[in-house]
Amino acid sequence: MCTYICNTTSVTGAGKGADGWFRVTEATVAFDHPTFASADHALLIDFTRTEDGLSSRVALELDIESGRALLQTLGETIRAAELSGVV
Amino acid sequence: MWNSFSTAGPSGVTAELTTYTGGGGDTIHAYIARPVTAGPHPGLVVIHHLPGWDEFYQEFSERLAKHGYLVVAPDLYCRAGHGTPDDVAAKVRTEGGVHDDSAVADCEAARAWLLSDPGCNGKVGVIGSCSGGRHALLVASRVPGFDAVADLWGGSVISDGQENPARPVAPIEYTAQLDAPLLGIFGNDDKHPTPEQVDLHEAELQKHGKTYDFHRYDGAGHGFIYYHTGLYRPEQAMDAWSKVLSFFGKHLSS
Repeated sequence: MCTYICNTTSVTGAGKGADGWFRVTEATVAFDHPTFASADHALLIDFTRTEDGLSSRVALELDIESGRALLQTLGETIRAAELSGVV
Repeated sequence: MWNSFSTAGPSGVTAELTTYTGGGGDTIHAYIARPVTAGPHPGLVVIHHLPGWDEFYQEFSERLAKHGYLVVAPDLYCRAGHGTPDDVAAKVRTEGGVHDDSAVADCEAARAWLLSDPGCNGKVGVIGSCSGGRHALLVASRVPGFDAVADLWGGSVISDGQENPARPVAPIEYTAQLDAPLLGIFGNDDKHPTPEQVDLHEAELQKHGKTYDFHRYDGAGHGFIYYHTGLYRPEQAMDAWSKVLSFFGKHLSS
């Protein structure tokens, strides 16, 4: 199925793509057909800087369980960062 | 049939990326594949899948050309810009997908391009897989004159709550307008379209007295002819190819 499930958010940071490091401005999370992962559907996560062209993209294709694990780990890391007093 | 060419020849294709006048008069890219055998040949509009106008679809087009079809495969994502197929597809995905009207217009223009080519025998079919399967059915329903259509596991053919501004009407709503014989290829393990959704589509085709031929494969899911992925099921895929070639051979020959 082509789900067309896709959500986008602004981000501030940097990513390493095919041509090296670049500033990322947008993150997109979709659940649809992957290009490389061996699955009919996957979480498709892109970090982009669209004004630099289509190749300014860091791409991930993860299964749902990996997405859940990543989400949990991200949450735990953010909480730890907040508790550290650095944030 | 696959692997039934004469070793005496001729056999082969010429294929290249080129441009043509697509929907709205826009110049867009297309992959054109021509048989080297003497024509005229039946025409085929080949519609790529959601992951993009990619190398698989170039090879898909070349295979059809090797079997005697003059193929034009429009780049439905052309207006999004250019880069690697997955980078372009990612941009289109972020934008919500290509609009149905845009896809239909580009494919209607591709049919006109084929009919204007002296190498075409005057008959034109349309084929696609995944989103391209849905588009193929949509095109053959909304554009009069196609001689045959093949839908390979197109999802959201029936209304399933996925309608949105880019895809406002489910193709099944146009069933009464479909004036071309339809070939459907489906995997019984597919989650969309499920076998039950294929049943609903088949019932609608019967209700309107349409000519169709559906083939459903056990042990296969979505995209089972994609030999570059883990979805590939070789026996089912090769049987499906035989069905496609037989179907177009029947309906598009001079």
